[in-house]
Amino acid sequence: MTELSKSGAAVGEPVKDSPAPSAFLEVRDLKVHFPTDDGLVKSVDGLSFTLEKGKTLGIVGESGSGKSVTSLGIMGLHTAGQYGKRKAQISGEIWLDGTELLTADPDHVRKLRGREMAMIFQDPLSALHPYYTIGQQIVEAYRIHHKVDKKTARRRAVEMLDRVGIPQPDKRVDSYPHEFSGGMRQRAMIAMSLVNNPELLIADEPTTALDVTVQAQILDLIRDLQKEFGSAVIVITHDLGVVAELSDDILVMYGGRCIERGPAEKVFYEPKHPYTWGLLGSMPRLDREQTERLIPVKGSPPSLINLPTGCAFNPRCSYADVPKDNVTRTVRPELAQVGSQHWAACHMTPEQRERIWTEEIAPKL
Amino acid sequence: MSTQRTTGRRKQAVAAAAVVAALLSTAACGGGNDDDGGGSKTGAAGFDAANNKVAQASLAKKGGTLKFAGAQDADSWDTTRGYYGFMWNFSRYYSRQLVTNATAPGADGAKVTPDLATAAAKVSDDGKTYTYTLRDGSTWEDGKPITSKDVKYGIERAWAQDVLSGGPIYLQQVLDPKKEYKGPYKDKSADKLGLKAIETPDDKTIIFKLPEANSDFEEMLALTSASPVRQDKDTKSKYGLKPFSSGPYKFQSYTPSKGIVLVRNTEWKASSDPVRKAYPDKITVDFFTNANDMDQRLIKGDYDLDIGQTGLSPQGRTTALKEHKDNLDNPVSGYIRYAVFPQSVKPFDNEHCRKAVIYGADHQSLQTARGGPVAGGDIGTNMLPPSVPGSEGQKYDPYELATANKTGNVAKAKEELKACGKPNGFKTTVAVRNNKPVEVATAESLQASLKKVGITLEIDQFDGAQTTGIIGSPENVKKKGYGIIIMGWGPDFPSVQGYGLPLWSGDYILESGNNNFALIKDKTIDGLFDSYTKELDATKKAEISTEINHKVMEGGFYLPFVFEKFINWRSNRLANVYTTDGYSGQYDFVNLGLKK
Amino acid sequence: MARGTAAGPRAVLAYLIRRLFAAAVMLVVIILVVFGIFFLVPRWAGVDPATMFVGKQADPAAIEAVRQKLGLADPIFAQVWEFFKGIFVGRTYSSGGDVTDCAAPCFGYSFKSEQAIWPVLTDRFPVTLALALGAAFLWLLFGVAAGVLSALKRGSLWDRGAMIVALGGVSLPIYFTGMLSLAIFSYGLGWIDGRYVPLAESFTGWLGGMILPWVTLAFLYAAMYARITRATMLEVLGEDYIRTARAKGLTEPVVIGKHAMRSTMTPILTMLGMDLGALIGGAILTETTFSLPGLGGAVLQAIRDKDLPVILGVTLITSLAVIIANLLVDLLYAVIDPRVRLS
Repeated sequence: MTELSKSGAAVGEPVKDSPAPSAFLEVRDLKVHFPTDDGLVKSVDGLSFTLEKGKTLGIVGESGSGKSVTSLGIMGLHTAGQYGKRKAQISGEIWLDGTELLTADPDHVRKLRGREMAMIFQDPLSALHPYYTIGQQIVEAYRIHHKVDKKTARRRAVEMLDRVGIPQPDKRVDSYPHEFSGGMRQRAMIAMSLVNNPELLIADEPTTALDVTVQAQILDLIRDLQKEFGSAVIVITHDLGVVAELSDDILVMYGGRCIERGPAEKVFYEPKHPYTWGLLGSMPRLDREQTERLIPVKGSPPSLINLPTGCAFNPRCSYADVPKDNVTRTVRPELAQVGSQHWAACHMTPEQRERIWTEEIAPKL
Repeated sequence: MSTQRTTGRRKQAVAAAAVVAALLSTAACGGGNDDDGGGSKTGAAGFDAANNKVAQASLAKKGGTLKFAGAQDADSWDTTRGYYGFMWNFSRYYSRQLVTNATAPGADGAKVTPDLATAAAKVSDDGKTYTYTLRDGSTWEDGKPITSKDVKYGIERAWAQDVLSGGPIYLQQVLDPKKEYKGPYKDKSADKLGLKAIETPDDKTIIFKLPEANSDFEEMLALTSASPVRQDKDTKSKYGLKPFSSGPYKFQSYTPSKGIVLVRNTEWKASSDPVRKAYPDKITVDFFTNANDMDQRLIKGDYDLDIGQTGLSPQGRTTALKEHKDNLDNPVSGYIRYAVFPQSVKPFDNEHCRKAVIYGADHQSLQTARGGPVAGGDIGTNMLPPSVPGSEGQKYDPYELATANKTGNVAKAKEELKACGKPNGFKTTVAVRNNKPVEVATAESLQASLKKVGITLEIDQFDGAQTTGIIGSPENVKKKGYGIIIMGWGPDFPSVQGYGLPLWSGDYILESGNNNFALIKDKTIDGLFDSYTKELDATKKAEISTEINHKVMEGGFYLPFVFEKFINWRSNRLANVYTTDGYSGQYDFVNLGLKK
Repeated sequence: MARGTAAGPRAVLAYLIRRLFAAAVMLVVIILVVFGIFFLVPRWAGVDPATMFVGKQADPAAIEAVRQKLGLADPIFAQVWEFFKGIFVGRTYSSGGDVTDCAAPCFGYSFKSEQAIWPVLTDRFPVTLALALGAAFLWLLFGVAAGVLSALKRGSLWDRGAMIVALGGVSLPIYFTGMLSLAIFSYGLGWIDGRYVPLAESFTGWLGGMILPWVTLAFLYAAMYARITRATMLEVLGEDYIRTARAKGLTEPVVIGKHAMRSTMTPILTMLGMDLGALIGGAILTETTFSLPGLGGAVLQAIRDKDLPVILGVTLITSLAVIIANLLVDLLYAVIDPRVRLS
């Protein structure tokens, strides 16, 4: 056991050999690889973190960084129903409330889905079945895990819709997804996810498909509900602003690996990795007038089949030549503690980072 | 006879398509060898056992259901309207005539015998008056007696062409050539029996008064179209849906193109009918849309025979010849398949050019194109079908088509070309119906063999459904330059008149609907036809027929291909089976019996 | 927001009325067009339709009689009007002292077989309907099942095998498969008689007569349906809402059988509507091959006989069947896919 943050969310390296972790959710060295004709796609390649109940972890990264793959991996959705396709290769350990999910009976994991762990998807329009009413979909989600009659389940659905702030829930329960506005749909999606009081809620880009004002409402809703239900929440997003608002801890992913993690305020206000700087720069800021913007993060995400040698971020990093001996391009940097409960994987010395941050980055933010 | 000689029965002549030649020739050679003299009591009678002879007559028992299968329904079951050969044959189950074809195999079946009449007609010396007395005890299906007035009314119906179109109109042309009578439906007289040429002095007597003698008049009376119809049962255009029976069977049900069920007419008395044996209790006809399926079911034994009597289709034929030869007969159909040369198209105005084609053609290859000796028929050597009195069959072969010149005689053809003034040959067009693959095949065969003598043929396939309009118009034939037309012809009744008059008489050259394609206008031939219609003696009639045939052949107007043959199926159950020339080589339906 | 309640019965009814109206208009247009093709075009082309009815016996009196009987001498619009009137109140054909009644709905009269068309159609329709529905049941059952299995086992031996068989099924003509099945099961093994027997006579006989046509026809269509099912299922399985269904903890049979199937069935139902409509108009080849007394057989016979009124009648019934089938599919669509109701 390494030290826990004061907030309770462990962001240190979990102990590898401990069979029964005390954390509510603990992911150890998770690898999710997809064999393709072109080669092995290493979407997630050695990810570890822990999360306690009542806490929120934000996983940040651009598309292809492995954040969604991670969440689907926790839910066990890589192995369920992957007909005919070449199977995803998953290794590592995922401990949820004392159960290791990867080795557990798939049917047991299925029973946990929706009840112990639930998920909110990015685009509620495509994530909700177009042919069933909101009510039917919530009722179904409830009745898989609870032996109740349809009436009771329906009452529960109406109650949930009410809870997520849908007006006239007793009427809207019979509406179809296409009859809802985007925000309402996401509220309904959230209602469906929370209908079984899950201990773990994974929100995968919950606000990306929504317009800005609605985004704020949804984020507020998630936060409120988390307080109410006391669940552990993982928020997955490419928008640092979103996690900053919601999370206790932040984990930044790049090329299938964690490159920085720590308490939200640290990562947000004192980021230690050039990639996190880039993310910060690409974040729209409402709190102040923006005269000059950093180029978000130049270049495109790396190929997950052939990651660049050394630091995976090196081809896009403006400071790749700051460390000596071309080490950025030859040696893969390991996560190293850079502050209290704050880790980053970068070859730059703390001094170099500090100088660049204060002289070049911070003033522009 | 007919100014509008129809092609009704020719329609029935479904072209026998070419099959594997080898199979056919073995079948032909194997002929009567495996004939065990009538066959077993439960099995088939043997190959050709019923061809022009009666097979298993003694095995026929009363009772059972005789099952016909058919690929096409009749044009109409109304005795006045039907023209298909099998309809005439089948109609004898439910209709009687004054006289009818004898129920005997082969040529005897083409002879006329008394039916409703007590005896053959008393004919006046001038051949213009025919008197019949009706038999006692013959009744309609409701038990009422059949009277001379019913016979007259039945014949009169043919005059109502506006309502009852479709049937043969020979009687109309012989009895009322000027078309004075307007038919029973427009008849102002109370009894609707206004036709002057027929008199019915009492219920048992009927007298026909012909304006001109016609020696084939009784043949015409033997046609189904001379059947009696009772006036109060005449449903006019709908009569064919349920004809009122005068024969041993009556209609129980009929759905067009689906099926027919005939049951015994309990009012019919065998004693009143010298012709019909009426063996089965019930007669059914099922119509198929798939001829191959029908043939398979015949072979399987689900049915007894094909009502169409046009031969098995190529697939069924192949199976049947291999495995069930004893169930087959290979009768002559009465049809001749031929090429004809319109004299209006040069150079066919010159008989030597016509003969050049006759000599130049490969007759064996034409026969093969028709289906070979079994499915196609013997090489045709002249233009009188073997079933017609006066025919000499292959014995009369003026151009030695079946012997010396079987495969074509190039030298002789070139000689004729020289005589024609076209020593280097010529070019012409051959017209052939596009819906008859076998005819197209014969045209191609002709094209190939004539090339060797320098005659170049261009094949023009015309719409077979428009035959009357295209080749039936001499003007159009000339315009299109059809030097050769490929056709076929069968007799409505077996006589030179019933076969050849529309083809060879100068009076029958018509502007449309013409069948005298060669445009023969020969005083000798016309004179022979005249003397034929006046001659009442059968032997002399046959002699005249022979002479007409010779004249036509000598003129070189026709190149006959085959005396057509069919391969017809008879089931193991059938007894008293025989083919008859009365119905162009079909089995005589009316006296078929079942073994159990 | 109030749109949610608008999708209720009232919206469906309005939708239904709209569709029915469109179908009625379509039918009238079809009648006009078909009537025009069969009666008027030959006239403009210089062919007298009356000659087609008298057939081989070109007696001028007979031609004139038919012309009178059919009203062919009347102005074109009068003829169309008579035809329409006939459908609703019946009509009478008369000529030469012969009067033929054709009771409503009169879709014309065949002078070849001396029958009104409508009774012929109603007599033959049940056979065609039974053929189409029976075959549809089989091809849906096997086609969809094979398609789903192929989709779930994509790339497997089963998938490849099934798709090769399906390709064969689509490519082989029904005449061939029909004759082959007859040759094997009826003529050869003798398991099935294969002849049509009316249902009223014997149920087992009827079944025996229908089973080969059903299977043969179903084979052709099952092949098509298997392919389309496979493709659609694969597409649907990639949908987000399928992932959502799994995320809820639903078992795989429910995910596939309920969530995925419902979406997969939509294009299949569209196809089914079209195919059934077309088949009801007469599975000419199938009915011919098996000598079934259905509409297809009637059409074939009519074409052979140049019996224009029958061709006209069957064409109209076919159009009607296609229109009704499409209407039913549209309605079914509205039931299946709630999004359709508002459009």
